[in-house]
Amino acid sequence: MTLLDRPVVVTETAAPLAPAARLLPALAAVYRAQLARARVARIPLLFVATFQSLGILIMMRGVVDPGDNSAAHAVVAGSSVLVVAFVALNLLAQYFGKLRATGGLDHYATLPVPPAAVVLGAAAAYASFTVPGALVTAAVGAVMFSLPLANLWVLLAVVPLAGAALAGLGAACGLLAPRQEIATLLGQLGMSAALLLGVLPVDHLPQVVRWLRDLLPSTYGVEAFARTFTAAPDWAAVAGDLTVCAVVGLASLTLATWAYRWATSR
Amino acid sequence: MSDTDRPAPQARPQGDLGGTGQHTGQCCTVRDLAKTYRSPSRGLGRGRGRGAAGNGSAAGNGGAPGNGGVGGGTGEIRANDGIDLDIRRGEVFGLLGPNGAGKSTLVRQLTGLLRPDRGSVHILGHDIVRHPERAARLLAYLGQESTALDELTVALAAETTGRLRGLTLAQARSESADVLAELGLEPLAHRPLAKLSGGQRRLACFAAALVGERPLLVLDEPTTGMDPVARRAVWSAVDRRRAERGTTVLLVTHNVIEAETVLDRVAVVDHGRVIACDTPGGLKALVDGDVRLDLVWRAEAPTEVPAVARLAEQAECTGRRWTVRTSPEQARELVAAVTTGPAFAALDDFTLATPSLEDAYLKLGGRGGGLAK
Repeated sequence: MTLLDRPVVVTETAAPLAPAARLLPALAAVYRAQLARARVARIPLLFVATFQSLGILIMMRGVVDPGDNSAAHAVVAGSSVLVVAFVALNLLAQYFGKLRATGGLDHYATLPVPPAAVVLGAAAAYASFTVPGALVTAAVGAVMFSLPLANLWVLLAVVPLAGAALAGLGAACGLLAPRQEIATLLGQLGMSAALLLGVLPVDHLPQVVRWLRDLLPSTYGVEAFARTFTAAPDWAAVAGDLTVCAVVGLASLTLATWAYRWATSR
Repeated sequence: MSDTDRPAPQARPQGDLGGTGQHTGQCCTVRDLAKTYRSPSRGLGRGRGRGAAGNGSAAGNGGAPGNGGVGGGTGEIRANDGIDLDIRRGEVFGLLGPNGAGKSTLVRQLTGLLRPDRGSVHILGHDIVRHPERAARLLAYLGQESTALDELTVALAAETTGRLRGLTLAQARSESADVLAELGLEPLAHRPLAKLSGGQRRLACFAAALVGERPLLVLDEPTTGMDPVARRAVWSAVDRRRAERGTTVLLVTHNVIEAETVLDRVAVVDHGRVIACDTPGGLKALVDGDVRLDLVWRAEAPTEVPAVARLAEQAECTGRRWTVRTSPEQARELVAAVTTGPAFAALDDFTLATPSLEDAYLKLGGRGGGLAK
């Protein structure tokens, strides 16, 4: 038999495979690297995200009365969750869109790393970026609209859960979009939807728009947070909304992981 | 990972494809690899939707150059067509060809990034077409893009890549520190890649590729933009790994000087096919006996001189630079003619050189002008 015979019969013993990276250590490594990226590239954008929400608070203060009313609750909760939508959905869609368009995904695809580690690590880091901005927006909003500050801690549950749902969608948009510009467009559209459907008081919206609002995962984060501004919050309803966020988050991150596999194995 | 079955690095494989005796030393075997893209505009990443086609297959050694056809005709582009390759363990094997020749597509197939339409790829005994995910556990790949690492510091880029290659934090940290020291990157360790020059960034990506040892390194134009110091660091690091661990290197390049100096064997790729595969010396032997005369005129060439007028007919003219490939005897006559009288007055510079890989490449039927000198 000569070398050029076809097909090749591999008679030698196959070389041992190097160990693959395990999920949690790889996820931690991606998370840490993504947080470090923030120092270089994300901090100015975080300011933009926060200023945008603060601007909306100021604008809405002109049309919504302060005090314990549902419109004020919606404005403050919606503006806070908007920071999450800006970063986790919009910026993550752009990041993965760019990575795919420029061939940067090849770097991860030629490392023995579970797809979920890359997607979850990036999503978790982007959701983490939003915590300070969401807290600042919520605190400023609560003061501006004379709402209690006592339950702001709920954001520590709202940000990761809404963050998971929005980051998963953002990552999936970025990875599935055929072109980088379309990834950017989808991210911007998602953020605009979160802005318009999350910040505007729900009572004034037409029924069709309310249905749309119910489809948006950020809505349940906004609702959960808004409920905590009332004198006697319905904690069961808060937990219910957060459960919806968690379920949607699980689904969207699963979709994003599938999208990563799809984008790296064609 | 056991290196005991690899050949001693001193015993560099030379010459032609061996007989069956070489079989145990195979690192990578490619047979009849082909990929056709439906629409060039839908290409993703480098190498997709580029390159044109050719017909027929050219086997590893000395495949005859065929006609460079076009693929399909209905928007189909054959990125590669019937590629056969045999890369031995411990050798530095090159893919040489101009941009768009299909080198990157081939590399994407070998690294499991791109599924071929037909054909087989075996790396160290593993079927990469059937199990593309195994490639990441057998090889380290340095692609042309650094976007995944751009916003990290050099140290964190190397360390993170090591962790994603399955190292523990402590291992990744220590290997990363060693590699940065080896490549002279320590002064840049805490600077983000995006803030470095192109060559420095390339070296940092190369460092990341070395953390977490692999028996095969696939390097796509690793030294682009590097200064001579960085280039030396790259080739020393490659040599060290080869000597100490029997590492195999697959190098993609369009730089003929680099190909001549660092490669054990080279496959010349054009129009998605391997048109020849041999040692650089073996390929140059194809044009043995010829020499290359380069003339650079100060302004217009003095075509009123009969010898220059004759030369104009056979020279390849690029502006003021004329290149002619000819026999040593004729070259001597030409040099004598252009170094006297009005021709010499019009001459700015001339060089007489033995043939390079580029000359061999052109002789094989490759497209001119695409290779860097």
